[in-house]
Amino acid sequence: MNKVLSGFVLVALIVSSIAIIGMATPFKVAFVTPSTINDSAWSQSMYDALMTIQNEMGEGNFQFVYSENMFVISDAAAAIRDYASQGYDLVIAHGSQYGGSLVDIAPDFPNTAFAWGSTANTFSDQGITNIFSYQPYSEQGGYVNGVLAAKLSESGIMGVIGPIETGDAKRYTEGFEQGVMATNPNAKVSVTWTGSYSDVSLAAETARTMIKSGADVLTGTSQMVIGAIGVAKKEGAIWFGYDVDQAPLAPKIVVSSVIVDWTVALRPMIDAIQSGTMGGTVYDLTLANGGLKIAVNAEGLVGKTIEGIINGDIKVGE
Amino acid sequence: MTWAVIVGILSSGIRLATPYLYAAVGETIGQVSGVLNLGVDGVMLMGAYVAFFVALRTGSLSLGLIAGAGIGAMFGLIMAFISVTLKAEQGISGIGLYLFGLGLSTFLFGVTIKNVQTIDGFPDLAIPALSRIPVIGEIFFQHNILVYVAFALVPIAWFVLNKTPFGLKVRAVGQNPEAADSLGVNVSRVRYLTVTLGGMLSGIAGASLSIALLNTFQQNLTNGMGFIAVALVYFGGWRVSGVLLGSLLFSTVNAVQLWLQVKGVTIPSDFLLMMPYIVTILVLAAMANRRVNAPAALNKRFERGES
Repeated sequence: MNKVLSGFVLVALIVSSIAIIGMATPFKVAFVTPSTINDSAWSQSMYDALMTIQNEMGEGNFQFVYSENMFVISDAAAAIRDYASQGYDLVIAHGSQYGGSLVDIAPDFPNTAFAWGSTANTFSDQGITNIFSYQPYSEQGGYVNGVLAAKLSESGIMGVIGPIETGDAKRYTEGFEQGVMATNPNAKVSVTWTGSYSDVSLAAETARTMIKSGADVLTGTSQMVIGAIGVAKKEGAIWFGYDVDQAPLAPKIVVSSVIVDWTVALRPMIDAIQSGTMGGTVYDLTLANGGLKIAVNAEGLVGKTIEGIINGDIKVGE
Repeated sequence: MTWAVIVGILSSGIRLATPYLYAAVGETIGQVSGVLNLGVDGVMLMGAYVAFFVALRTGSLSLGLIAGAGIGAMFGLIMAFISVTLKAEQGISGIGLYLFGLGLSTFLFGVTIKNVQTIDGFPDLAIPALSRIPVIGEIFFQHNILVYVAFALVPIAWFVLNKTPFGLKVRAVGQNPEAADSLGVNVSRVRYLTVTLGGMLSGIAGASLSIALLNTFQQNLTNGMGFIAVALVYFGGWRVSGVLLGSLLFSTVNAVQLWLQVKGVTIPSDFLLMMPYIVTILVLAAMANRRVNAPAALNKRFERGES
């Protein structure tokens, strides 16, 4: 009787394992992010990229889940560990504050790949082999915005509103300043760090302060800048965006936005994981490889130019 | 330091103080009657969300404001029910209310508006004649309507709390509810009124952000302002004049640090950002010896006929 039973179990096991091998298992990604996926900035850009990849590969081959609002690092670490233990192929910890947690977690899950940014650090120097990293060359986009800003500013005074002087925000700001100075060496760029990624009220008041001090062109990074965009729209100042195309927020005043297209990092990362490499690579996002794009808002730039010709601010053919 | 900078700082300070004033005056009224509501931030978020949503969909800022005040009053009513009728521990239920408001406003924003949008909020309204006065006019009389109302609220709240029979009842209920009860004051009814009124003002505080000062809504728009408002009530020693002083001090120092950064003063930004908090702590320390009359029954549940 026992032999019959064990034989039956054996057959059942073989059949079921054939069934599992025969079924195409989708590539599963988990995404942990500090703000909401509709923040018009950092988190939304990654969410949009994951959606794009899902549309390309099809829902049968690519699935992703996310935990948003993971502002508290210990919460994020718990979520990352949770996803890893559930067998996700790739866990993206979308924030430079999550690095310490990854060093703890990644060695425990050698069959899961992790990715984080913005950074060039994959911890391979510590012997960890399953962490990827990604970093946008934000200064390149900042430079382009800076050149345009200096061309459009009448007062020659421009303002940058940043969260904390580090990472993407710092690189973007430095690029912006460089672009302005290369175009108009007499221009003045005033930079204010609010100390917060989410203090919309402080960002708004900073924008007002800058405009009162003579700035007519503003830009900034992180999800708090929607407050500043609101003020710029009300006061008629020009805005340059970052992270996602911010033109829909204020179509008349946004001239261009630097867009980070994370698919440029995600596609080769997924290929690498599927062929067995679990980490160790830094993916750069640049203007050259399409990881950074400049979205020019025709309504803003063209509209401003036409308006300028009509009301005589711009003199053509004289 | 030119005049333009000083004018800029003071007018920034007044704008930044506006949401704190609504919320802290509302909280003062509630606390003077003996109810501590730590959920102010959550109520502000609901007020901000609902006002923005209604203004966005109907195109009417006034309807938005009314809706924001209404949802605030409703949340106040919930707090009153929990703390007065159910006699739950006030501190804990306030935190619960905060988390509820934070979660609900985030959820509703996600399903109804989805992406961050901006609207044209209440425009600046220069008061005729007064706004022409040099310096003074620019500092005080070129703001949107909700800024003026916030400052008008201070003397009104002071008068109601200190010079009317209703104010006397409120204070009596906060100092000695048993005595007030024995004199025929309906303790529960007074507290229901004050906490609902406080909620309404918190709702307006949120609306002042989303449809007058920032003209947008996103998840956790208030960023903890409601908790600063509660602190301002203690700072102000449960007097509306003290709350006014505290709000202006905190906001003006904040405005100073913004202007210093914009003007490119070479002090590390991290240090500048600490300024509002350091100044507040210093002022509190300097005033530590003054007599503060906290409502004796604050944060205590009232059982009728117990004593």
